[in-house]
Amino acid sequence: MERREVYLDNNATTRVDDRVAEYMNHFHLTDYAVASSQFSHIPGIRAKDAVDNARGIIANTLNAEQEEIIFTSGDTESNNLTLNGVIEGNKDKQKKKILVSKIEHFSVLDTAKRLAKKGYAVDFINVNNEGFIDLNHLEDLIDESTLIVSVMHGNHEVGTLQNLKSISEIVHKYGSLFHSDATYSYLQVPIDVNDIGVDLLTLSADKVHGPKGVGALYIRKGTPIIKIMEGGYQEYNIRPGVENVPGIAGFGKACEIYNDEETNKIKNLRNYLYSTIKSKIDRVSLNGASDFNKRIPNNLNVSFDYVEGESVVLHLDMRGISVITGSACFSRSLHASHVLLAMGFSHERAHGSIRFGLSKYITKEDIDYTVYHVNEVVENLKNLSPLTKS
Amino acid sequence: MSLPYSEKLIKYFMHPKNVGEIEDADAVATEGSPACGDMVKLFLKVDEKTKKIKDIKFKSYGCASNIATASIITELAKDKKIEEAKNLSWKVAAEELGGLPPAKVHCAVLAVDALKTAIENYEFKKGLIKEKKSTTIEIIKNRLKHVINPITGVDVLKVDFIKSIDLNDGIVKIYFNLDSDHQFANNIREEIIERLEPLWDIKEVKVIFNDEEG
Repeated sequence: MERREVYLDNNATTRVDDRVAEYMNHFHLTDYAVASSQFSHIPGIRAKDAVDNARGIIANTLNAEQEEIIFTSGDTESNNLTLNGVIEGNKDKQKKKILVSKIEHFSVLDTAKRLAKKGYAVDFINVNNEGFIDLNHLEDLIDESTLIVSVMHGNHEVGTLQNLKSISEIVHKYGSLFHSDATYSYLQVPIDVNDIGVDLLTLSADKVHGPKGVGALYIRKGTPIIKIMEGGYQEYNIRPGVENVPGIAGFGKACEIYNDEETNKIKNLRNYLYSTIKSKIDRVSLNGASDFNKRIPNNLNVSFDYVEGESVVLHLDMRGISVITGSACFSRSLHASHVLLAMGFSHERAHGSIRFGLSKYITKEDIDYTVYHVNEVVENLKNLSPLTKS
Repeated sequence: MSLPYSEKLIKYFMHPKNVGEIEDADAVATEGSPACGDMVKLFLKVDEKTKKIKDIKFKSYGCASNIATASIITELAKDKKIEEAKNLSWKVAAEELGGLPPAKVHCAVLAVDALKTAIENYEFKKGLIKEKKSTTIEIIKNRLKHVINPITGVDVLKVDFIKSIDLNDGIVKIYFNLDSDHQFANNIREEIIERLEPLWDIKEVKVIFNDEEG
């Protein structure tokens, strides 16, 4: 089979669309002024218009108001701003409990852990073996003292999509705020902030063929939140610093050109990837929601028995295929995936897990090439493994 | 492009030597476990007269460093007398491979330990060593030399991470000068337990971090 380059790490980040790159360049080279004031000079007003235009586009995709969108440097900042900013803005001294799910991104989990050290009551909500929030556990943990609950929409590793509406209903019964990190599901799955009743929602441009280093936070009008960095009065006085005008404009462009038909094509290719892996390779387990309509359309995560993920990743890399694993050997902290462990799986299951993240640039030929090589690599490693049972 | 591995390591990873099992092996040893993500099983065939390693094969569940070091260790040990092979260290293996990233040194240690344990098993079986030694603080320290701090690639004894070691009635307590929320705390804890629990007279291993004392 002729060598290909197949980038399948699109749950980490995506290629910038050519139209986005071109549009951004205009704000690097021509309209490069700062968007600081409505009373600015003409170049400044052009920059401000570009930022507001992007704000409007993104607000529309969520059924939100334009003033409810704040631009940040990405999902990590949006998540940090949410938990810390809501605490800063909180006036009800009775409310000092924070609940987050066990499968959140580290920007939520570790922020919560840091707040616990500062004396806040922090608890972690359980998930079941498909990665869905245990609503009974949430009901057990939540009470009138709960300030905020944070549960991500689509999980970055296993792709499971939560039913945000049912979580939101529980959270609001107790007068608590509800935040969701929608970084990995945004645009692939429709989100209506009013229908869900979410109070804060995290987004990132780089997952939707926009640039890196740009994100947004939806903040429902009236939500008590105070900025956590000091500086200027940008972004409705919630996020100081010169706006990343090219990045924000690019984020808006990426949302504007996002195409649902492409999402359908991606979903079909993802399903095809899973069915061919399943038919060719023995002892494969699916990680995440088994109902494929409750997964992020571009995500597949499977574990192969008897083999270790870093070896699979490296072999595939040598063959031009980019994927990642939840194995401890692969991670910077040498920890196995906290998501798979929270779902109740063994370390072995995490060590053998591989995440495939598709995009609109992936073709059926890419998938055939990938499955061919995954099969060969896993077979070779099984022959090497002392765990393989013949 | 700066891949974390040397070209030689990648070559051994892609095409490992001496892979497989020896059906009538004189000694077998397994180090590591699937839970920690690294496991090596080693098979030895020893010439009774010359005490030379006639054949050596391995199977590996693990990452690239694990596979590559297991492969090079089998090559280095083959045709050596068991006395000589015993002295092979992970440093020799790592040097042969053109160096290892610090976080991956523990994978190299595993293959070396498997070789040492296999040779000990052979010696015990053939009556070359008579009895199993009781575990002492010295033996524990020797084993801890194989627990590598993933940040520096240096063993945990060398950098004063360990405040004290307590051994009482088969229960080992190791007091660490590190907080439990340190990036690698869990990793080091698992690694230490994994190294000490196989000792025949050890019942329990406790690793205690600064904030867990009292």
